[in-house]
Amino acid sequence: MRRLILAAAVIAPMLGHAARAEDTVKIGYIDPLSGGGASVGEGGLKTFQYLADELNAKGGILGRKVEIVPFDNKTNPQEALVQAQKAIDAGVRYITQGNGSSVGLALEDFVTKYNTRNPGKEVLYFNYAAVDPAMTNEKCSYWHFRWDASSDIKMEALTNYIKDVASIKKVYLINQDYSFGQSVRSDARKMLTAKRPDVQIVGDELHPLLKVTDFSPYIAKIKASGADSVITGNWGQDIALLLKAAADAGLKVNWYTYYAGGAGGPTAIKQTGLDHQVFQLTEGFANSGHQPAMDYEKAFRAKVNMSLWYPRAVNEMRMFKAAAEKANSVEPVKVAAALEDLKFEVLDGGTGFMRKDDHQFFQPIYISSFGKLAANEPFDEENTGWGWHLVSKVDTPQAMVTTTCKMTRP
Amino acid sequence: MTTATTSVSGPAANAAGENLRFYGVWLAGMVVLIVLPLVFSSGGSLTSFSLIGIAIVFALSYNILLGQTGLLSFGHAVHYGLGGFTACHVMNAIVSHGWPIPLPFIPLFGGLGGLGFAILVGWLMTKRAGTVFAMISLGIGELVASSSLILRSVFGGEAGITTDRTALPRMFGWTFGPQIQVYYLIAFWLVVSAIAMYALTRTPLGRISNAVRDNPERVQFIGYDPHVVRYLAYCFAGFFAGIAGGLAAISFEIANSAYLGAIQSGLVLFATFIGGTAYFFGPILGAILVTYLQLGLTSVTSVWQLYFGIIFIGIVMFSPGGIAGLVMMHRPLLRAGTLWTVIPSYLVAIVPTVALGCGVILVIETIARHSGGEANAINLFGIAFNPKSPATWIAAAVLVAGGSVIARLTWRRVGEAWDRAATVARDRGYLA
Amino acid sequence: MLELIVISTLNGVLFGMLLFLLSSGLTVIFSMMGVLNFAHASFYMLGAFFGFQLTKWIGFWPAFVLAPLLVGAIGMAVERYGLRNTHKHGHVAELLLTFGLAFAIEEIVAMIWGRSPVDYRVPALLDFPAFTIFSTNYPAYKIFMLAVSVVIFVALLLVLRRTRVGLIVQAALTHPHMVGHLGHNVGRVFMVVFGVGSALAGLAGVIAGPALVTQSDMAAALGPILFVVIVFGGLGSLPGAFVASLVIGLVQTFAVALNGSLASVFGPLDSAGGPSALSDIWNVTIAQVAPIIPYLLLVIILIVRPMGLMGTRES
Repeated sequence: MRRLILAAAVIAPMLGHAARAEDTVKIGYIDPLSGGGASVGEGGLKTFQYLADELNAKGGILGRKVEIVPFDNKTNPQEALVQAQKAIDAGVRYITQGNGSSVGLALEDFVTKYNTRNPGKEVLYFNYAAVDPAMTNEKCSYWHFRWDASSDIKMEALTNYIKDVASIKKVYLINQDYSFGQSVRSDARKMLTAKRPDVQIVGDELHPLLKVTDFSPYIAKIKASGADSVITGNWGQDIALLLKAAADAGLKVNWYTYYAGGAGGPTAIKQTGLDHQVFQLTEGFANSGHQPAMDYEKAFRAKVNMSLWYPRAVNEMRMFKAAAEKANSVEPVKVAAALEDLKFEVLDGGTGFMRKDDHQFFQPIYISSFGKLAANEPFDEENTGWGWHLVSKVDTPQAMVTTTCKMTRP
Repeated sequence: MTTATTSVSGPAANAAGENLRFYGVWLAGMVVLIVLPLVFSSGGSLTSFSLIGIAIVFALSYNILLGQTGLLSFGHAVHYGLGGFTACHVMNAIVSHGWPIPLPFIPLFGGLGGLGFAILVGWLMTKRAGTVFAMISLGIGELVASSSLILRSVFGGEAGITTDRTALPRMFGWTFGPQIQVYYLIAFWLVVSAIAMYALTRTPLGRISNAVRDNPERVQFIGYDPHVVRYLAYCFAGFFAGIAGGLAAISFEIANSAYLGAIQSGLVLFATFIGGTAYFFGPILGAILVTYLQLGLTSVTSVWQLYFGIIFIGIVMFSPGGIAGLVMMHRPLLRAGTLWTVIPSYLVAIVPTVALGCGVILVIETIARHSGGEANAINLFGIAFNPKSPATWIAAAVLVAGGSVIARLTWRRVGEAWDRAATVARDRGYLA
Repeated sequence: MLELIVISTLNGVLFGMLLFLLSSGLTVIFSMMGVLNFAHASFYMLGAFFGFQLTKWIGFWPAFVLAPLLVGAIGMAVERYGLRNTHKHGHVAELLLTFGLAFAIEEIVAMIWGRSPVDYRVPALLDFPAFTIFSTNYPAYKIFMLAVSVVIFVALLLVLRRTRVGLIVQAALTHPHMVGHLGHNVGRVFMVVFGVGSALAGLAGVIAGPALVTQSDMAAALGPILFVVIVFGGLGSLPGAFVASLVIGLVQTFAVALNGSLASVFGPLDSAGGPSALSDIWNVTIAQVAPIIPYLLLVIILIVRPMGLMGTRES
């Protein structure tokens, strides 16, 4: 039996894919499609495929069809580089990726080196979710464009909101011990002290990434500190277990999170019963109240059978089209030039723009809370019956940060 | 086996023939390494070949522990990763200080990085073999992997350390920008390391390592300290793992915590064991197969891990000697000229076995698609199966049930044929 | 301070007992069969998912009984058709078999239930705060988990040390032929032992599932720490595993409660040198490294006392 599975496995890759038409714009989607990150990666893939179908239905980009070619990187930077090479072999000139800043940084570095070594065959990297500020600061690259708000932008928006909420007096920071958690923590400290010197930071915790099974000791510390709000960048099981432990211990605080809305997050919050105590920061969400976005959400859910996790992916694809049309070419070098300083009406309403200095997209940021839905809020999450409710909208000028990027331009 | 053969046939002529064959195999290997990129020249296949080369060095280094010395390590990637980090730091230092060291020497520094850590922790780790060693290696592996996220200035945190291989001083005018030049660099180091590791198995240290694996008490009686032997073997394994890590750092131009982790340690164990630990070329086969599967399977199925697991279980259960063991099993029969008596029964057995395998694949893919909510057809050897249709389910059930029943019968026949052939081989003196 | 000590002790004991619940099956299998079962955490995961599915169909309490039995049956099948054939190739081959099994089980679970966490909830009967200390609630469910752990510990100890069955099982490990000659089916004894060990893992899964996150990577997340527990406590020693679970639970919990770093004890380093390995070590807090302390303990104990805390033999 083993021989035959081997044989099958060896032969199967060779049978694989049929020949593809030449007249397409191929976008290499390099994200996890197997292993622990697969559920997130599959969600992203479905989103991009929906967007490509939508573009194609309206005639594609400059008359060319858009095709999303998936590549599985297993959330591993080395694997991502191998897949990027495979993608380029398959004729891909545009790469999009989002999950994991370590992967993102590796890809950014790869694309930069590849383009220097292979002039005339340039590849662009469209980043829809890797939020390490380094990617548009000290490690910035001309060939990288980011549509997601980096972690410092979100903190800027959050602190601009907290500035006006007098009831927040004692803040506790708890984050995962790696580059993203670190930057959330240091930005929070810096910005809170600058904007609300009266707010006390009563705790600042870093815990190992995805290794904690029991958060109750941390909850005990939060409780002992007397905090009224917690800011956390935790994601995955680290946010679910944290909230569960908090609910178990009866801790009553407000949770300002980056990723409580991630896959499985809503289910966990519903389990804890923390009604409208968990907040998240996004560039858009289902019940934003902006009619075109809500119509879009409805159509998307009907077709794909999931919530639109990535409104920024919509912005990314639409802006790609706009830039290509502005440049009248799908040549990456020309598209890159056209994208710089491009102004754009985002999905959830309001104007954003792609800053030339660092290739970061700036857009309005929404703060929403998770809980029971009001009458005019039709969308719940993960069949929990609960959904996101608008708390505050932070406009683009209030969600901007400076950059240290010194870009090498071709 | 070799000794048995030599004693039977004419000694002088046979030794020369053996020699010729031995060098012939190595030469053929080198020729393949040189020709391969000329046949498959796309960027992707060059990257794949580079990866396979690195994996071979890594798996061979692991076999110094598992195969030669009998030490089961769950943390071998630590040396691989530290080698990679050392190589990256050295490359960056060379660029910033302007030292005249060209790129081809970098893997040596990787090796020294791996060796350094082995020297540091090896003495305490190798005090005992068996489960204790396995568990310490697990603990050290976790510790180093976790510390790599804490010691940011050395390991670069999550992002890792990047480097630019083209910025180093050139050698033979090669920039090492194009992947093909990197491939030849890796191929060169692969040959050098493989020869060195093969030579190691022929040295007294290699021989006494085998003795330590089989019977440490006896080794003690003849005046060697098994602890020292294990320690030396561990250091060598660390050194060559470091070389592999250095090569990986050159190929990817990045070193990060994924190099050090449990997954990497698991993969090398996987490759070495599947290939077969009893023969020198076993890990080479294993590394080629596992790397190829890892790169190839992922584009075909999302549940490649499951196939990995099944293949691994299959090998452990039916062929603990790995692929190399399976191949070498046939050598005495081939020499005795009785192999042909087995082949017909193999041919008969292969049919239901293939059917069973197809059935299993169909079942797995149907369930995977069902749970993933996908409906794209299962493409099995060019035949498309609709995962939603009951016909597919019936086909799968028939294949699995029928295949397993008939396969069982036919493999019994293979066993009988094998016994007959082996008896003849034994009579002719080719099988001990 | 008192508040933190009391609460940390309580949390530590609760967490330690959860660890014991998980590692008891592993240690039973090891002490009886000498097999280090890498798939143990996978059986735990199966228990959680079976518990989740059965709770959905027939309610928590029937699931509480049935799910461990199911997992036990799977464990027996693994022993009968897998491990028994591999036994002749030695313990390393057995260990590698379970290693491959862990891979396969994770993927199968992901295939059936998906990769996102499932909504596995605490039963309504136990969903209330049992008591409150320093205004921190302790849910009744956690106390229930504690009680189950203690019951398992006592029951296992009694069965193994005080009953005839226990004697036969222990003898089958050291003198399989003698036990066979006395008319016992050694193969069946091993099969049952492996089944019981797996069932214990399944039980841990059913119970821990609602308290933790039930998803397909839960086995990979917990696997290594179980080895730490049983190796630390002494391979094959049930009381050792019990003590080790408590020690590791407490150490980890108290480490989290401490904010100290070398910098806070000896004062900050001269920062002129910029970040370096030394400054990284200097500024890291004990709380930050809490979850890797068990591995440090593991390495230390194996170097100092290779048979573990209460073990009697080395491998």
